[in-house]
Amino acid sequence: MEILNAIKTFKPEVETEVNVWFKAAHVTAFPENGGACVKYKDMQVAVFNFTRRNEWFACQNLCPHKMQMVLSRGMVGSVEGEPKVACPFHKKTFSLKTGECLNAEECSIAVFPVKIEDGYVHIGFTK
Amino acid sequence: MKRIVIVGNGMVGYKLCEKLRSRSAEVEIIVYGEEPRPAYDRVHLSSYFSGSTADDLLMAPASWYVENNITLHTGELVIDIDREKKTIKTHMGRHDHYDHLVLATGSSAFVPTIDGVERDGVFVYRTIEDLNDIIAYSKKVKRGAVMGGGLLGLEAAKALIDLGLETHVVEFAPRLMPRQIDDAASEVLAHKLSQLGITIHLGKNTKSIDGNGKLEGLSFADGSKLDIEMLVISAGIRPRDELAKATLLNVHPRGGILVDQHLRTNDENIFAIGESAVFNNMVYGLVAPGYEMADIVARQITGDNAKTFNGFDMSTKLKLIGVDVGSFGDPFCDNTPSIPIVFKNKHKGVYKRINISEDGKLLLGGILIGDASQYNILHQMVANKMPLPENPETLIIGNGSAKGGDEGAGVKGLPDTAQICSCENITKGELVHQITECGITSVDGLKKSTKACTGCGGCTPLVNDLLKITLESMGHKVKKVLCEHFDFSRQELYDLIKVKGIKSYDALLDMHGKGDGCEICKPAVASLMASIWNDLILEQDTIQDSNDRFLANIQRGGTYSVVPRIAGGEITPQKLSAIGRIAEKYNLYTKITGGQRIDMFGARMDQLPDIWEELVAEGFESGHAYGKSLRTIKSCVGSTWCRYGVQDSVSFAVLIEERYKGLRAPHKLKGAVSGCIRECAEAQSKDFGIIATDKGWNLYVCGNGGARPQHAKLLVTDVDSETCIKYIDRFLMYYIRTADPLTRTATWLNKLDGGLEYLYDVVVNDSLGIGEMLEKEMEGLIATYHCEWKKVVEDPALRAKFRHFVNSDDADENIEYVDMRGQKCPVDWNKK
Repeated sequence: MEILNAIKTFKPEVETEVNVWFKAAHVTAFPENGGACVKYKDMQVAVFNFTRRNEWFACQNLCPHKMQMVLSRGMVGSVEGEPKVACPFHKKTFSLKTGECLNAEECSIAVFPVKIEDGYVHIGFTK
Repeated sequence: MKRIVIVGNGMVGYKLCEKLRSRSAEVEIIVYGEEPRPAYDRVHLSSYFSGSTADDLLMAPASWYVENNITLHTGELVIDIDREKKTIKTHMGRHDHYDHLVLATGSSAFVPTIDGVERDGVFVYRTIEDLNDIIAYSKKVKRGAVMGGGLLGLEAAKALIDLGLETHVVEFAPRLMPRQIDDAASEVLAHKLSQLGITIHLGKNTKSIDGNGKLEGLSFADGSKLDIEMLVISAGIRPRDELAKATLLNVHPRGGILVDQHLRTNDENIFAIGESAVFNNMVYGLVAPGYEMADIVARQITGDNAKTFNGFDMSTKLKLIGVDVGSFGDPFCDNTPSIPIVFKNKHKGVYKRINISEDGKLLLGGILIGDASQYNILHQMVANKMPLPENPETLIIGNGSAKGGDEGAGVKGLPDTAQICSCENITKGELVHQITECGITSVDGLKKSTKACTGCGGCTPLVNDLLKITLESMGHKVKKVLCEHFDFSRQELYDLIKVKGIKSYDALLDMHGKGDGCEICKPAVASLMASIWNDLILEQDTIQDSNDRFLANIQRGGTYSVVPRIAGGEITPQKLSAIGRIAEKYNLYTKITGGQRIDMFGARMDQLPDIWEELVAEGFESGHAYGKSLRTIKSCVGSTWCRYGVQDSVSFAVLIEERYKGLRAPHKLKGAVSGCIRECAEAQSKDFGIIATDKGWNLYVCGNGGARPQHAKLLVTDVDSETCIKYIDRFLMYYIRTADPLTRTATWLNKLDGGLEYLYDVVVNDSLGIGEMLEKEMEGLIATYHCEWKKVVEDPALRAKFRHFVNSDDADENIEYVDMRGQKCPVDWNKK
């Protein structure tokens, strides 16, 4: 469980600090307006193809509420323009931009920058 | 800059930090808390046993104190005050200087001096550490008792129930909650609690706590004994005044720091608030008066001396182990001439008492057990000395159907000064101002701008009513809309989708919505489209709730459970063996469900298609246990085997289940068929239930088990099978068309104007002339039925959606199991 706890207190990563662009999968592997899970080293990362906004997002797959690896199976949406994902377990929602929990006092989740090159999804990590 | 030192970081100490900081950035705030963690919500402590974590209970995380420039020392006990030098000293030897000192030291559990009180297995119920000790010990024992039948004691009893113990409550007084309710109310409450499995022992004076090393039982003064293995003492509180005593501040002979109207002690630089303070010979052991004290002290320190503390209304409403309990104003009127009006229904567990002044003009107080829905308004009538209606008994007996209207009218009648939220002391006037002048239009908005409803939450219904009435008075049409993305009710969207032939969520959002959708409107629209078009739901998998998206029920640990359909609960030995074989092969935990079928738990997402491939090959179909859709038709064995049965209930149940299988609705649907009046299939607790008679079937509708059980209501009697099915078709389609999202049939009927009579008119008399249309729509849905799992199993593209990782064939390795009675179970997520 140590890895999970480490993720729980992950700092959101910003693009300027990216040292590794991880080539995850082809864009077609991700459902439209939905998410899928990517494995990077020991980590699970939720990647969302938010077709409606023409944007891609990535965040930790772990929901900090009950420490469950499920956010990639959550529904995406928006609240007052802010893109978000809702955990399938108890519908805690998190901003896909900042990682902040939007409807409870849960701690924030880590978010990662995403870029698309040559039809492939790349996720940015500091290490 | 003024330096404020607060001793104690409980709920009230925390509230003082909040109030002080919001009034001034120009004071230094230093807090010493004895407990290892920042202030947490002691009021909802028992939720720790039912899933909340210590973090969930925090009033604010440690980072909040940092952000607000408040220095918090946890795990540090203040042991001395030097009033001359204005310094304090902690047990770690730290010295600190103050300009103002606030003692918010709270209270400790009172432990009576009884022989054996020091034994292993005796606990108090006060802090998270206490709870951890209780949880750890409870694993070794089976029988527990709580000493003390007051408010906190009953909360503790709930905790023991949650821990799975046989639970007893021992109370010295002849009744439960002696400070809040009378003998008759106690009797009703005790009856209700005993139904929930708690054994109540009243008038019991505990003489000794017995045992040899560890606790084995209690002996009472009347000679009786009670065998138990653990005891939680909740016999009252004692203010923590030892620090005050040591520095010669005035304390009450029975404990507690004496304060005046300004909450000052006899040292003008030292205040005391919360449960450690005594004002007018009284300790205020609730959170609302504590918050009020915090507010007054924050004002004093920042130079506003106008507001004073003048005692506090100790009215209270809470849900004890699922039973409403309310006590307001003067509940007993022992010393005030008054006329009580009492309504009692022991069978239903309801007791209501109101005390009317002798001249019949004013409400003085009262007690509510079992149904406290009128609490807010009655409490306000007392607090605001509002005139009573001509027949005051209508306040508690009332007219069921007009209840909503009454409540609303009640809020309207309140003066602007009426306190709506007692935790945060917010008046009706302030809330109305927020709505009319600041443009707030939602309860969430009011929560943010005023903090109303954020404490105990008890005022939420009143705030809701107030919002609705105020908006209506401003000429706003208050409309039930789905969410911020659609300005339509579910029923309106049903019509739009159907009339315009809209087949996808995105198209609907483009044409009639705004924004990007959310977890509320997506599944609601998915359900509508399934009820109207019945296309394969995986064609729009990302608008489905997780269970529908993966056609299985997500469970703790992130695995899924698999439920094949077993219509009517009838299954061949071959199929039973097949389930056994498949469950064994994939190492699944199996359990019989409440709906007479078999649930296989612990399947990883990536295993689901393989498991279903085998199930489909054995002739199984999806059970739709994951959907807001028809679940099961439960049956008893009926006239084929049973010597009492009068009709073939199993055959009819199978027929009905096959007919409606896969039908999606605003919420899940359950049915049952009983073969005779003995009702072994429990049909009267279902959305639709059928009971055999000599002449045919009786059809009941809109029953519900769950959190608020409700018996189904008899719609028609002695109809033949064909008529019965016709009425069910119409009933279900009418429900599907008109109900709000996630509303079960019982709630839908409760809200339906005209109630059962109206429903009877629509379904049986066809008063709207839509009977045939509803039947046709149902025929259409039945004709387009498909087994979703069969489609997935046969389609490689759909199967690919069940991989855990898109870039690896690995399985999720974070799923952990423990062994339980020879099967696997997920690790408890509270222990992660």
